[in-house]
Amino acid sequence: MDGSRRPFMRKALPYLLSLPALLVCIGILIPFGTAVYYSLQRYNLAFPMTRGFIWLENYTLLFTDPAFWNTVRVSLLYTLYTVGFELVLGLGIAMLLQRRSLFNNMMSILLLLPLMIAPAIAALMWKLMTNPGFGILSYFASLLGFPDFKWASASSSALFTVVLIDIWVYTPFMMVLLLAGLRALPRQPFEAAELDGVPQSFVFFRITLPMLTPYIITATLFRMLESIQQFDIIYAMTQGGPGNTLMAFQVAAYLERYQYTNVGRSAAILMVLWAITFLLSNLFIKQWLRLRERARGMG
Amino acid sequence: MERQTTTGRVVRVMLLTLVGLFFLFPIFWVLLMSFQTNQDILRIPPSIFFEPTLGNYKALISGRLESTAGVLEIRFMNNLMNSVILAVSSVALSLLLGIPAAYAFARFKFRLGEDIAFTLLSFRFAPPLLVLLPLAIYFQQMGLIDTYIGLIWVYQLITLPLILWIVRGYFEDISEDIEHAYRLDGNGWFKTFLHIAIPLAKPGIAAATLLSFIFAWNNFVFALILASADKQPVTVGALAFVTASGIQYGQIAASIVLSVTPTLLLALYAQRYLVEGLSLGAVKG
Repeated sequence: MDGSRRPFMRKALPYLLSLPALLVCIGILIPFGTAVYYSLQRYNLAFPMTRGFIWLENYTLLFTDPAFWNTVRVSLLYTLYTVGFELVLGLGIAMLLQRRSLFNNMMSILLLLPLMIAPAIAALMWKLMTNPGFGILSYFASLLGFPDFKWASASSSALFTVVLIDIWVYTPFMMVLLLAGLRALPRQPFEAAELDGVPQSFVFFRITLPMLTPYIITATLFRMLESIQQFDIIYAMTQGGPGNTLMAFQVAAYLERYQYTNVGRSAAILMVLWAITFLLSNLFIKQWLRLRERARGMG
Repeated sequence: MERQTTTGRVVRVMLLTLVGLFFLFPIFWVLLMSFQTNQDILRIPPSIFFEPTLGNYKALISGRLESTAGVLEIRFMNNLMNSVILAVSSVALSLLLGIPAAYAFARFKFRLGEDIAFTLLSFRFAPPLLVLLPLAIYFQQMGLIDTYIGLIWVYQLITLPLILWIVRGYFEDISEDIEHAYRLDGNGWFKTFLHIAIPLAKPGIAAATLLSFIFAWNNFVFALILASADKQPVTVGALAFVTASGIQYGQIAASIVLSVTPTLLLALYAQRYLVEGLSLGAVKG
């Protein structure tokens, strides 16, 4: 390379290298812009003649519609239950497995398996297990005195069932992150507490938990981001039913688009969800970058 | 917490047994079902003792399901092939696009680089349907709907940010002095990138590849919206079995086993990369 080209190359090189990634980026931003535009239109595929710009009417209609508030409620409950249980369970399991031993290491690897299964396929597995005719879980339920437990097909137990599947799939994620966090904690405070004979509950609430908090926040925010958008498990299990029991954001938007062909309204629902995830993802990214800096600092 | 009494140990083992049962029983049970005939599956009470049969797998692999209603043609192996094509090519494309970009972001601090990295990351967390909805309409116009190329392009949404961010962290960890020394010997940046940076970032590239493959394989919603039965991966294909008439439960179970085996084996084989990948390098596993 001759001297005269070098300064130019040096300036242009990073841009050249990242050009393809930039194109992918633009490829995402254009449909996003289009979705915003659709959300401001009366746009139903079944009535193409009525298509037109209506500003915020899709949104005002949503906000006055009880069905939309049901969607908000379902999604929030789903997020609250799944993330809450996964955090408690994941932390508990991580603490059980904290000590490095062959058994514990093997166990932590085996427990990761549900996380490697596609959520849609996991739902299918649970569908087989909760089948009223031959499902093993329906059989267990009958042994426990619920001979006619309907799992996902009754509105009283549908949320419970999908939350249970979500817990099955994603608790290992919480577990693995918190286990790594626990093992990265400095040992010194724990040794000092042991020498002083401090009770274990005190150690947990005053030392372990505060020191683990950055990991807990990162993992929780990440799971909240995924949970509020959950589609695969719910769609595979009940398609939002029975009735509108499980009509979470993305399920409602999907049905609005593909069953009722109402593109404008579907886009508006997704924009509301996007606003929530945008907020959460900003918090998450900040928290995650901070944690990453710390992990790298420790080498 | 290191003090272990006998009762403490017993409680710990009991709790871990319960945990293991909850998380591993479904996999075990579906695996059993996949070797059972319909009569075995429908038996009450259920039993783990039965005459194992390979009939379910044979039917899936041959694509002909024989039932009392006649012969049903299914194309599960086609779905499996689609999963392989989509996951492998998406990850390969992402590596090709993502590694140079990750290197650029790590080595040359420039505004546009940060913007791209953050846009990709934040859209990784945006609702997928938000992008898919308009994209389905565009794809229709561009003739990309129901094509591998269209799908692989959309799959970049999952695989590219992962590879970009994980690998970037590894490039940042490489001391610039090593690269400088190599370049002083008269090697250009490309040789430096190829012979110094990439080998040193190998664990990161492995973690990112593993994880993005698993995510691509497990994706459901992209192909649900953008592909017809012909191009759909196992996630969508297996689910369609539930509503297909004439299919047997053991065959559904076998299709589940075939769909999850690749990711489970990969995870077990390369588990040491999983933790770092899962946390995007936020914790050192």
